Amino acid sequence: MTKHDHSTSRETPPAGIVSTETWESICRQMAEGQYNLLSLWGDDGFVRMAVWDIDANATHIVSLDCPDGTFPSVARHHLPALRQERTIRDLFGLAPLDAPDERPWLDHGKWGVRAPLGQKLPATAPAPYVFLPVEGESLHKIPVGPVHAGIIEPGHFRFTASGETVVRLEERLGYVHKGIEQLMAGADLSHAAKLAGRVSGDSAVACQLAFARAAENARGIEAPPRAHRLRALMAEMERIANHFGDIGAICNDAAFSLMLAHCGVLRERVLRAADACFGHRLMRDVIVPGGVAADIGAKEIDILRGLLEGLQKDFSRLVQLYDNTPSLLERTVGTGVLRSKLARQYAAGGYIGRASGRDFDARRMVNYPPYGDLQFEVPVRADGDVNARVWIRILEVRQSLALIGQLLDGLPEGGISAAVPSAPASGEGFALVEGFRGDIFVWLALGKDGHVRRCHLRDPSWFQWPLLEAVIEGNIVADFPLCNKSFNCSYSGHDL
Amino acid sequence: MKKLLLQGILQRPLTEKAPAADETALADLAETVNRAAKKRLGRSLAIRQVDAGSCNGCELEIHALGNAFYDLERFGLHFVASPRHADILLVTGPVTKNMQEALKRTYAAAPDPKWVIALGDCACTGGLFAGSYAVAGGIAETVPVDLHIRGCPPHPEKILQGLLALLERQQSL
Repeated sequence: MTKHDHSTSRETPPAGIVSTETWESICRQMAEGQYNLLSLWGDDGFVRMAVWDIDANATHIVSLDCPDGTFPSVARHHLPALRQERTIRDLFGLAPLDAPDERPWLDHGKWGVRAPLGQKLPATAPAPYVFLPVEGESLHKIPVGPVHAGIIEPGHFRFTASGETVVRLEERLGYVHKGIEQLMAGADLSHAAKLAGRVSGDSAVACQLAFARAAENARGIEAPPRAHRLRALMAEMERIANHFGDIGAICNDAAFSLMLAHCGVLRERVLRAADACFGHRLMRDVIVPGGVAADIGAKEIDILRGLLEGLQKDFSRLVQLYDNTPSLLERTVGTGVLRSKLARQYAAGGYIGRASGRDFDARRMVNYPPYGDLQFEVPVRADGDVNARVWIRILEVRQSLALIGQLLDGLPEGGISAAVPSAPASGEGFALVEGFRGDIFVWLALGKDGHVRRCHLRDPSWFQWPLLEAVIEGNIVADFPLCNKSFNCSYSGHDL
Repeated sequence: MKKLLLQGILQRPLTEKAPAADETALADLAETVNRAAKKRLGRSLAIRQVDAGSCNGCELEIHALGNAFYDLERFGLHFVASPRHADILLVTGPVTKNMQEALKRTYAAAPDPKWVIALGDCACTGGLFAGSYAVAGGIAETVPVDLHIRGCPPHPEKILQGLLALLERQQSL
């Protein structure tokens, strides 16, 4: 087992090949809560697994050789691995042995090929997808999606309800699977970075940051200090823009549209400032391997300071509005409770985990630059309901506003990009960064030509979607939009 | 809350002047909007948004159209929950193979006359995702498209210009 201490290690991390016994023992330790699953993915004849060592605050990556095309199921010990395991079978044709669920996940039988990243087998006629059975008196089913009523991404929800109460929700995802991991393979670093920025539109900055850090890790280079600060500036702007959008949308789903209108204005102000300072409203394609592609000057710093001042004033009034509207709190308090035990088991990232007592923030735990030099708190609550997830966002907005102020105050002079060495070299790298939704993990292997051989990008939604199924149980159907919005999982980031 | 509501009445609105309709969009539409449509629909158009595989970036900017700065509804344009209520399908994303059938069904469910707008670079050509085993290409390869709005994602003002071009073209008939 190889260990990577994030704070000191810059060398190429070797992805250690382990025996089946070690693999299984890691799975058992994960089930016992010693490790968190960061990701499980396929590669050419291998399955690879990244785990977070809770005691050591470090990432371990292990690989298992699968010469006969099978591997011992991880989900058999540790259920959070289930959907990734089904995905490995869909994309690589590597079969988990004794898996608790044999159904396909991303493969809906429409691609014209099976195992597109593995043996590329000819497609067979798609079998109908069988939803899990729900038995009992007076139950009815409500199928929703993939095309939903609002302006949102596609996915299918199968509710089983008893009267108004949801007895079971089963999700079916994969509708927006675009084959990004295959498009990454063979791409040069700059093209692959562009793809990373289009994994999940709301997390363009965080995904490109994770990709760039993994690429820098693989090539053994370090972005200059000014680039680190500009990256963090964009990451915090992305965080507050999304949190404003979410807070407004959650309240709107409780029929309190006033909040949506006001939060929409704040969000628009952030996006306009982003456009003025970085040339793109979502700040896409600004973070590149080696550094950043755009610098800011005195004019831009003024714009951002003006933005901060306005936001601080206006946001505190909105927080009061939220907290002083009993009809709104009536809907959010006690709704959609995520138990702390489940949040820990699934290593739920972001506001979902932190609203249910899981104190994890990659900015703090991995402590990647420049966060070690900055003052900030990681808010955590234990109540785990919709209200707690709103409050974590509110508190995080405040922290991010303060962080932006610190970043603007301490912006060092100097270059914004370290040159990626022109001589191509193979290597492996990984990164764990904190997006607005939670921790994003990227693992990258470069071929001898310096192009991407294989890139795995794990959105936080992988471990949040299954929890939504648990959270809605026992709530009324009408509260689903509220629960769903308070999670705001990514479809595209998950489906890839 | 009272204070906020009062300010909303007393302060000047944030809503900005409408941009001019997009010239290229007007040309794009010359063929597709006819007199019969104008007669049947009047000035108000109902939009059904369909994400056929996007990264969600375009959806974020469509959402922005509803904020106080752009205030889409003042033009008589509004989003509806069902394709059966829609005059316009606003489609984003490259069409993934897993969404192709849903898009076809949504198109079939929208009553005539109807227009399809392909929104964003991916919707126009498949964008960076063209050629993937999981992607069927731009929207036009699955359902007929009347108007293309490019961008990654297009600026809300650009989306507004395209939609206004549709309205303008319709009114000039």
